[in-house]
Amino acid sequence: MNTLLFDFTVDKAAKTVYIKREFAAELSLVWDAFTKKEILDQWWAPKPWASRTKVMNFEVGGRRFYAMVSPEGQERWALQKYTSISPKTNFKMYNAFADKDENPELPGSEWDFNFSEQNGMTEVNIIIKNESLARMEKMIEMGFQYGLSATLQQLSELLPTLENK
Amino acid sequence: MRNRIVAHIFAANRFRIKLNHMRRDIFQAIADPTRRAIITLIAVHAMTPNAIADNFNTTRQSVSKHLRILTECELVKQEHQGREIYYSLEIEKMKEIDKWLNQFRKIWEDRFNQLDKVLSTIKKQRK
Repeated sequence: MNTLLFDFTVDKAAKTVYIKREFAAELSLVWDAFTKKEILDQWWAPKPWASRTKVMNFEVGGRRFYAMVSPEGQERWALQKYTSISPKTNFKMYNAFADKDENPELPGSEWDFNFSEQNGMTEVNIIIKNESLARMEKMIEMGFQYGLSATLQQLSELLPTLENK
Repeated sequence: MRNRIVAHIFAANRFRIKLNHMRRDIFQAIADPTRRAIITLIAVHAMTPNAIADNFNTTRQSVSKHLRILTECELVKQEHQGREIYYSLEIEKMKEIDKWLNQFRKIWEDRFNQLDKVLSTIKKQRK
């Protein structure tokens, strides 16, 4: 698993994040994992957060409206609007944080997903362009929260084992 | 063992304090395009405010203001050489920004590791 290619670059000046990852699966399956809500919800949220998609119609002009849900039930909503789709090759979306009534918090960011297959391995390239540095800062802050709660989750799992000693 | 848990919680708290501190400081510093350009300039070698101002279509006062903010955020340091003040970059402070960005990298790493598991489960089901 660890031999799979993973590249992550942040260009602060261009407010752009570049992510490249290889998967040990055929392209059509990886494509489904990124474009079908049943599969997306299984992996999109970093544990212990959960991804819950309320609406998703994967078509140009369509959207995915979903929440990241913390173990305490705290919801972080986001709205993704699909702006371009070339099946099994590329799709683009406009991503924004939102409230629970689907009102987006602008500005958001433009996401560009590229898929390619070689020898049964699928490579996914993601480019995230933020409209403002403040937006990028917020995105990173959210990421930080997920990271911190993951640490606390590990701690809460550790506690019972310590109590038994 | 209890001490270890306390240490763990303490570390988490300290990290949060540091984050708040950084939010106010470093990101304010790099949120401005002129300040980012100044950072790039003085990353190469230390420069006087006049030399820095020569690179911009702006007043010396404006450059001084940017330098003050960068100094307050501890992203640049001053060094007196005779009558001149030279500004240079605090590399360690810039590294803190990268450390913070690494938190974000970690999220994607975790997310993709989960996807690996999902993909292999689906592959098994199909067989």
